[in-house]
Amino acid sequence: MALVTSKGAPYARVMGLGAAVPSRVVDNAEMCTYIDSSDEWIQQRTGIVERRWVSEGETVESLSLDAARQAIAHAGLTPSDIDAVIISTISHLVQTPSLAAIVAAKIGCTDAAAFDIAAACAGFCYGLAQAESLVRSGAATHVVVIGAETLSKLTDHHDRSTAFLFADAAGAAVVGPSETSAMSPVVWGSDGHQADVIQMTRTWSEAVDEGKPSQVAMAGQQVFRWATGFIADATSRILEASGLAPDELDLFVPHQANNRITDAMLRHLKLPETVTVARSIKKYGNTSAASIPLALVELIESGEAKSGDTCLMIGFGAGLVYAGQVITVP
Amino acid sequence: MATTEEIRTQLADLVNDVAGVPVEDVQLDKSFVDDLDVDSLAMVEIIVGCEDAFGVTIPDEESKNLKTVGDAVAYIEQHS
Ligand SMILES: CC(C)(COP(=O)(O)OP(=O)(O)OC[C@H]1O[C@@H](n2cnc3c(N)ncnc32)[C@H](O)[C@@H]1OP(=O)(O)O)[C@@H](O)C(=O)NCCC(=O)NCCS
Repeated sequence: MALVTSKGAPYARVMGLGAAVPSRVVDNAEMCTYIDSSDEWIQQRTGIVERRWVSEGETVESLSLDAARQAIAHAGLTPSDIDAVIISTISHLVQTPSLAAIVAAKIGCTDAAAFDIAAACAGFCYGLAQAESLVRSGAATHVVVIGAETLSKLTDHHDRSTAFLFADAAGAAVVGPSETSAMSPVVWGSDGHQADVIQMTRTWSEAVDEGKPSQVAMAGQQVFRWATGFIADATSRILEASGLAPDELDLFVPHQANNRITDAMLRHLKLPETVTVARSIKKYGNTSAASIPLALVELIESGEAKSGDTCLMIGFGAGLVYAGQVITVP
Repeated sequence: MATTEEIRTQLADLVNDVAGVPVEDVQLDKSFVDDLDVDSLAMVEIIVGCEDAFGVTIPDEESKNLKTVGDAVAYIEQHS
C-alpha cells in the first residue's frame, strides 16, 4: 500500500500585505529624557527621528491581529481561506500557547495550523520561506506570516546602547498558490558562535530568582561589522540566486536596523539608481521582525512601490541569523 | 607587493567612499577620528573594507589601535 502524498502549487506568491503600529509616538526629544543622548547623534548614527511604543490596550497580539486582517483583505481572501498562521516574535512573553494559535482563532482562521518561530529580526523572511515551502508542498494553501514585536517591553529605556533603537510594530503577508514564479529561493543561515552579540540579559528563571527583568543587550559595533560585511555579501547572493540582473530590481527593502547599515549595503551592492530603497526606520525605528513588511507597506501606500515590482528583502539579527529572498509585490 | 603610497591611495579611496573625506586629506599622519571626522561606525566600515580590499584580517582588538592612516597602512603592509 502506497501512502498518499500531498500535491502543492507549482509556485507560491505574496498575495497581500498589512502593517500596524502603535499610536504613541516617541520622538528623539522624549528619548533624550531617558538616556544621555541628542537628536543629532541618534539621527546621524541611525537615521531614526521617531519611533512608536505601545501604550494601554496595545499588545503584540493586537498589533498582529490588525496587520493580519489587513493582509488577508489585501489578498482578497477571508479568514476561512487561511489554513496556516506563522508568527515570528520574541515579544510574546509566555512559552506556551503560541501567539499564532491565539491570533488564528481571533481572526477566524478556524482550525488553521499555527505556530511561532524564533528568528528575531530575520523572522519575517524566515516565515516567508516556510510559507513558500508549505504552499508548494501542498501542506497549506494560504499561509499568513506575521512579524510582530513590542521591543519597548524588552528594552531598558535607560540603556544608551539600545533604548533609542528598538520599537514596536507588526507586519503581515499572505502567501498563496501561483501559476508563475513570484518568490526566489531563500538564502539563509545562522552563526551561533556570535550568539552573545545580541542577547537577553538573563534567563526567565534568573529573572524570577533575581527579581530583575530580562532585557535585550547588544554589542552594537560587532553587529554593525557583521551586517556591513557578511550580510552585505549575503544580500548579493540573494540577488544572484533570484536570477535577476540588478537593473531588473525595483525595490530594496532590507531589515530596518540602522540607516547606516543600509548605506553600507548600498555601497557594497552598487544597485542602479532606479532601485527604490526602504528608509522607514526614520519614522518607526528598528521594529525587528516587523520592519520589512512595515517598510514595504509604506512604499506601496506612498505609491513608490507598485504591483508587479520586484523586491529584494534581507532580514538579519540575533542568533545570529539571516534570511532573504526576492518577491513580486502583490 | 604594493608600496606604502599605493596602499595609502587605495585606502584614501575607501575612506572617501565611506565617509566622504576628500582623498587628498587622507595622509599618513592624519587621525581618522580627530582629523578626518570619521565616526565609530564609518571606522568599522573602513576596517571591513580594508579586509576586502587588501585581503587582511583585522580583529576587533587590533582595529582599536589603528588611530591614524599611517597605523592602518603599516598594519596592512605587515599582514598582507
Ligand atoms: C547602536 C549603535 C548606533 C551605536 O553606535 P556606536 O558607534 O557603535 O557607539 P559606541 O558605543 O561605539 O559609541 C561611540 C560614541 O558615541 C557615544 N554614544 C554611545 N551611545 C550614545 C547615545 N545613545 N547617545 C549619544 N551618544 C552615544 C559614545 O559615548 C561614544 O562617544 P566617544 O566617541 O566620544 O567616546 C551602532 O553600534 C549600531 O547601530 N549597531 C548596529 C546595531 C543593530 O543594527 N542592531 C540590530 C540588528 S537587528
